[in-house]
Amino acid sequence: MKMTRLAALLAATLMAAPAVAQDLHFPMLNYRTGPFAPGGIPFADGYQDYLTLINQRDGGIGGLPIRMTECETAYNTERGVECYESIRGDNPLVIQPLSTGITYQLIPRATADGVPIHSMGYGRTSAVNGDVFPYVFNYPANYWDGASVAINYLLSQNGDSLQGKKITLVYHNSAYGREPIPTLERLAAQYGFTLVTIPVDSPGQEQGSQWLQIRRERPDYVLMWGWGVMNAVAVQEAANIGFPMENFIGIWWSGSENDVRPAGAGANGYTALTLHGVGTDYPLYADLQTHVIDTGMAAGAGDQIGTVLYSRGLYAAMLAVEAARTAQALAGHAQITGAEMRAGMEALVITEERLAELGLPNFSASFEVSCANHGGGGQAMVQRWDAAADRWNLITDWISSDRELIMELVAADSAAFAAENNIQPACAN
Amino acid sequence: MLYREAGDFKTSYASDNQTFPIRFDRYAYWVVLLLAVCVVPFFLNDYWTKSIIVPFLIYVIAALGLNILIGYCGQLSLGTGAFMAVGAYATFKLTVMAPGLNVFVVFILAGLVTAAVGVLFGLPSLKIKGFYLAVATLAAQFFLIWLFTRQGWFFNYSPTGMITMPVRTVLGFAVTGPSASAAAIYMTCLFFVIVMAWLARNLTRGTTGRSWMAIRDMDIAAEIIGVNPLIAKLTAFAVSSFFVGVAGALLFGVQLGAAEAGEAFGINKSFLVLFMVIIGGLGSIMGSFLGAAFLVVLPVILKVLLVDSLGWPSDLARHLEVMIIGALIVLVLILEPHGMAALWRTIKDKLRLWPFPH
Repeated sequence: MKMTRLAALLAATLMAAPAVAQDLHFPMLNYRTGPFAPGGIPFADGYQDYLTLINQRDGGIGGLPIRMTECETAYNTERGVECYESIRGDNPLVIQPLSTGITYQLIPRATADGVPIHSMGYGRTSAVNGDVFPYVFNYPANYWDGASVAINYLLSQNGDSLQGKKITLVYHNSAYGREPIPTLERLAAQYGFTLVTIPVDSPGQEQGSQWLQIRRERPDYVLMWGWGVMNAVAVQEAANIGFPMENFIGIWWSGSENDVRPAGAGANGYTALTLHGVGTDYPLYADLQTHVIDTGMAAGAGDQIGTVLYSRGLYAAMLAVEAARTAQALAGHAQITGAEMRAGMEALVITEERLAELGLPNFSASFEVSCANHGGGGQAMVQRWDAAADRWNLITDWISSDRELIMELVAADSAAFAAENNIQPACAN
Repeated sequence: MLYREAGDFKTSYASDNQTFPIRFDRYAYWVVLLLAVCVVPFFLNDYWTKSIIVPFLIYVIAALGLNILIGYCGQLSLGTGAFMAVGAYATFKLTVMAPGLNVFVVFILAGLVTAAVGVLFGLPSLKIKGFYLAVATLAAQFFLIWLFTRQGWFFNYSPTGMITMPVRTVLGFAVTGPSASAAAIYMTCLFFVIVMAWLARNLTRGTTGRSWMAIRDMDIAAEIIGVNPLIAKLTAFAVSSFFVGVAGALLFGVQLGAAEAGEAFGINKSFLVLFMVIIGGLGSIMGSFLGAAFLVVLPVILKVLLVDSLGWPSDLARHLEVMIIGALIVLVLILEPHGMAALWRTIKDKLRLWPFPH
């Protein structure tokens, strides 16, 4: 009896054909489990809450409701691919895997299937070149921007010279962590600082030897490309060896509350880049309170609202919704396809006025996307942790990256990819 | 009733020693083979092929390889993930350096490269045994992954260290890259599984396999009766690594399309394949299939059942999945410490007598 029911269930899933309902499918490749869940949960909550808000308050985008599906990747690439395969036939509009490894896996597949990928501030940096990567977007900023912004910030701190300084990069030993190395090497040659790279194997709970090396070599600055538990451990280790926290700078994935709170007062002064504002002091949160939180529709446990990574998920969802609106306007109808969504993402313009209209004034930088530039403006701010007040404070305005240099590196890397995979330029047509 | 053995006489040594001595099994084997080759390809959909069937077939090859080493030759290895990485990176280098080379040839060459590396890391097995050997192979795991993540030549100096498989065709059908059809990648993996399972079965019941088993059961006794431990152990390492290398090549080339050594071929992969072999049954070809099915297919089926059919939250389903698989592993090992293959053997013995057990 049981077996027949199981078999029937299996058969039902096999047969289940995608319904031709009128809705916009926003799949979510989340990770609420595994060693990276502390980063995955707030992002997933923010993403889902914003989409729920759009559904509840506006009835969807252009009159069509948003349909969300969730798939658990556990930050594992094989599971990520499995998730992608399970949704690809269901007209997904945009995929945001929140994992550089999964993004790399999906780039060729999604391009072949016509499904846009938005790897916001992660993924393959050379996807900036829409000529070679028509379906991949990484606006508003990428890792190479991050590296350049960090160096530009340090230049501004040192009277525009880093000559003879020693900078160490502590990175997650994966595709993600290795991304900034070529840019930093170029910048090291340009500005005359010494770059030392120290890998930390995933998940990064064990960093004793790395920080021993840092203690011995006494670098002037430490940059960090970390994620998950690695961040918190690194901040703790830095505090333990008495490394000056204001000289320790993390990328935007290494700057959440989860990363600094465990080190307590020792983390005071830790600096990180950020792509957007944090906290709940935005008019949007009033709507979120009324339509999502008070109605009990908040995602997850609802305890992440306003945190750094929650804000990032919210930001990602906001950009996706804006791109869908642009796509609907361009296509002239509401039921858009992946290809039309792609056109919308490529024509996306985020201005100060639009942000204010959305209830997120000054939340992020304004930028434009074009075929030649899928990477937005490449700006970031610097924030500093105040352990006593338990909050991040912005200490700079928007800092621009050295886009000329980055575009040069992007052109080289994407040309190599195009040659390896025999890709024709897409922008011309 | 299932097995009707009346009149199934063996009249020669050859017929008595064949792989499937029982007539019913023999027929069942041919029917399954025929179904897999001629019928299944027409009923595949993309999701089931790429998420369940192809990973299953690939891990069967890896489990067969490790089973030869651990189950048949008794040499404990924790370097499977790294040997899979050797296969994957060899595939990448060969296919990029020689774009005209048939991809099947590339996969086999990748297996041979892995075999050579395997022999190299198998050399310590001549001196050290048991858990100490496991530690030596663990060193291979870490060394090889370090090599593939730090030495730019292996990943063509790509800034991230990711390797990507270009599109390759066989007889006009794309078998790698995103445009490969479900049937094409299924047939590719099935081809390798059939050939390699056949190879494994025939190697293990011949002279080579017997010398491996002699070494496994008692190496000193084996040496006294004339088994050369150098040759036996190193052939086991070579054949095992060849299988594992081909599995790694297929995993990278056909299933994933892009990979990064530390993430895709880490120590977790070594343990996964080891668990397959232990749960499936040491020293059994059938066990490799059962073990791979248990650890590859079951999680996906559970996910499909809990999330897609019952509509449960995906994170809850994932937690449950870990618990269910864990509980099942403990259960299987308590009920049948010799693995699922032994369970299958017991069932078969009962079935042969059923419904008249006396």
